[in-house]
Amino acid sequence: MAVDNLDIVVESGEIFGLLGPNGAGKTTMISMLCTMLKPTSGSAKVNGFDIVKEATQVRKSIGIVFQDPSIDDRLTGRENLYMHANLYGVPPGEQRERIDRILKLVELEDRGNDLMRTYSGGMRRRLELGRGLLHYPKVLFLDEPTVGLDPQTRDHIWTYIRELKKAHDITIVLTTHYMDEADRLSDRIGIMDHGKIIALNTPQKLKDTLEGDVIMIKSPNLDTLTALMAANLELTKTRIVDNTLEVTVRQGKTVMPRIMEIAIRHNLVIDSISLREPNLEDVFLHYTGKMIRADSGRELHGFSAIQRRKIK
Amino acid sequence: MTELRGFYTLWLREVKRYLRDRTRIVSSFVQPLLWLVVFGTGIGAALRSGFQITGVTYQQLIFPGIVAQTLLFTAMFMGISVIWDRDFGFLKEILVAPISRFSLFLGKMFGDSTDAIIQGVIVFGIALLLGINFTLIAFLECLPIMLLITIGLVSVGLVIASFIGSLESFGAIQSFINLPLFFLSGALFPVVGSNIVWLNTAARVNPLTYGVDALKTVILGAAYAPYQIQPLLVDIGIIGAFDLVMIGLGTWAFTRMK
Repeated sequence: MAVDNLDIVVESGEIFGLLGPNGAGKTTMISMLCTMLKPTSGSAKVNGFDIVKEATQVRKSIGIVFQDPSIDDRLTGRENLYMHANLYGVPPGEQRERIDRILKLVELEDRGNDLMRTYSGGMRRRLELGRGLLHYPKVLFLDEPTVGLDPQTRDHIWTYIRELKKAHDITIVLTTHYMDEADRLSDRIGIMDHGKIIALNTPQKLKDTLEGDVIMIKSPNLDTLTALMAANLELTKTRIVDNTLEVTVRQGKTVMPRIMEIAIRHNLVIDSISLREPNLEDVFLHYTGKMIRADSGRELHGFSAIQRRKIK
Repeated sequence: MTELRGFYTLWLREVKRYLRDRTRIVSSFVQPLLWLVVFGTGIGAALRSGFQITGVTYQQLIFPGIVAQTLLFTAMFMGISVIWDRDFGFLKEILVAPISRFSLFLGKMFGDSTDAIIQGVIVFGIALLLGINFTLIAFLECLPIMLLITIGLVSVGLVIASFIGSLESFGAIQSFINLPLFFLSGALFPVVGSNIVWLNTAARVNPLTYGVDALKTVILGAAYAPYQIQPLLVDIGIIGAFDLVMIGLGTWAFTRMK
């Protein structure tokens, strides 16, 4: 089962992030909310409409930016937008003006009449974002909006998403397996794993639940050191990642000198030691006991793979 | 009104894509030219008796059949292009739109049909250059018949495409649909009325047979009258019925598409 008995209320006007590893059920959930997939049981409402009984009303209320590219690259940007406007019943008299405005919003006004195949990956993504807004949806779904894009373009797109939300006063539901994306964009985050929401709160509160900072230690005597620390200090959690010991403690700043003390007293070598605030990765680890691998790109097949390669 | 605009915009997309694909338009000249010039002249010269109509060259005789063949191959190819849309992700954009699957199917189908008919008209142009005789009125009468033939064929392509997953199966369509329908349609040689029973039967259940018969009736005129399989109106009735069935199947296939 890809999605198992979720009970979530997304507040109007918020950016809600669904964070989870690939295969957690994020896309399945979005597909159901977009009426592309029928739930086997249960129900959901989008903009007050039932996703099973009032599918057409739901479809009129939402905009979607799919995980994979979904534009016609043999048409121009403008033509893609006109087609979308017609499919979503935007009155013909308003189409031109709205399209001009959207093109301006996503900074593609000078490229509107070029064929989509001449666009870069980031430009295509921007056009898709703009297209999702063309019919003034109440809810915008973004399925992995920046997957496969370079850091600069991702940053750009995040800025757009925030601006779009501000300008159009819409609710945004976004899925991602990038920690930084969820952290920077979302008002609230639902952490998803194996089809279930395992934690739901604002990014800050999620991090606060860890009750502590992370101290990272590199040392050739990790095992001895770990045992000594466990015996002498109050540790919330310890783990070893890539030969680095990570300990979660309440007061990182005061614990660090004591670790050094222990090491010196027992003649243990410490190569490096550093302190950081907990991030969502730690939160995810805390709840699931494993890490989200941010680099585990989804396997793409056929032409989607070719498209995606172009985007990179 | 929303449905109509949705239909229109999908139709427009297919036609635009087609008209922008210059290689396809150029190559669309080549195949009918080969059939008419090489095959038509060659076989025509080799044939001494049997399939001959007095006053009509073999080239002229197969011309309506080559029009039908062009419609068949183009329609099937365009229908299959739904798979292409799916692979490129574009299909999702239209499937999730708040428009009925019936309008969606009709938009796609009539768009593809328009492209196929343009290809068919190109064959008329080639025929004109080759000095094959037909009247302007015959040409104009052929247009609605071509539309009727194409609707059913595009729908067949769309239905098949909605069931098969990948473009690799396209070769199979060529072997199992295009060539059998073409060879058994009477486009190149008479099959209905043949004393070989299986050939005769196969041709009679082939919807394209009636399309070819209708086109020959209109283009060849009086010379073809003795060889006619059915009166023109019966041909049109059969093709029309086939179209309706295929539109029904196509809409159903699109409704279950995810």
